Amino acid sequence: MSHDHDHDVSELEVRTRALESLLYEKGLLTPTAVDTLISTFEQDLGPLNGARVVARAWVDPGYKRRLLADGTAAIAELGFGGLQAEHLVVVENTPGVHNVVVCTLCSCYPWPVLGLPPRWYKEPAYRSRIVIEPRQVLAEFGLELGEDVEVRVWDSSSEIRYLVLPERPEGTEGMSEDELIDLVTRDSMIGTALASTPVAS
Amino acid sequence: MSVQAEVTSMTGAEALPRSNGELVFEEPWQARAFGLAVGVVQAQGIDWEEFRGRLIEEIGAWEREHAHDPTESYSYYERWLATLERLLVETGMVSSDEIEARVLRLAAEDDHGHHDH
Repeated sequence: MSHDHDHDVSELEVRTRALESLLYEKGLLTPTAVDTLISTFEQDLGPLNGARVVARAWVDPGYKRRLLADGTAAIAELGFGGLQAEHLVVVENTPGVHNVVVCTLCSCYPWPVLGLPPRWYKEPAYRSRIVIEPRQVLAEFGLELGEDVEVRVWDSSSEIRYLVLPERPEGTEGMSEDELIDLVTRDSMIGTALASTPVAS
Repeated sequence: MSVQAEVTSMTGAEALPRSNGELVFEEPWQARAFGLAVGVVQAQGIDWEEFRGRLIEEIGAWEREHAHDPTESYSYYERWLATLERLLVETGMVSSDEIEARVLRLAAEDDHGHHDH
């Protein structure tokens, strides 16, 4: 037996297939479940899910009402939910109110809609300072809010996760739901940024 | 916490390899091994800690064995696969004999036919 690199890889590949076939034969697992899991972890758990939710709320007033009334039920309408979004509360930004989300205790995060939290979200500096001096922290993110805008900081817990519904940017009246999705950034749904403005073409 | 949440929130040496927040699989088998472990834990209602604890042991054991051997390169998913095998055997879901027999059979099939990776 050779022991070159290719051999090592194919040996691991064969061992994986061996375990896989045994698990299926014994009915301990189904191929569909494995495929679903892999694609969930690889692709679906990104901020794109949240962006879809926000874009829908921007174009559909009825959906927006349902989203603000019961976030968990409303994201389930779009096929999202379950894990860590069992009690999702959506908070709406308005001209007079800006919302921002933190988890002061650890890094609770609505990851079925936002994917994995960014590094800074988990760091002690953000977790402690956003509560004490939110305007200053937001300014450091490049978000300067007027004195007339009230800042509300929402502290996530193991029970409740928050998602910010950013304001729909001006000049987007003619845009479709799909086009709007691209304007909804992860940070705008945490509240450390506004939704992007459309690029003039 | 759900299994999926526990898997993604692991930190330290057992944390999943990522690039820019996304999971990184260097070879297709790594993604399969990942899916098998999370899948079987979920399907069989096993505590994720059962897997995580063994994974930490496997990583630690490898590091101790290879501490003075720079020619051996570390592979996270190789440890992951070893952990999965151990979990299946130790919980009685699959025996090591079954695994070895299946590995030999599949390897023999590969040698006799064309298997595209």
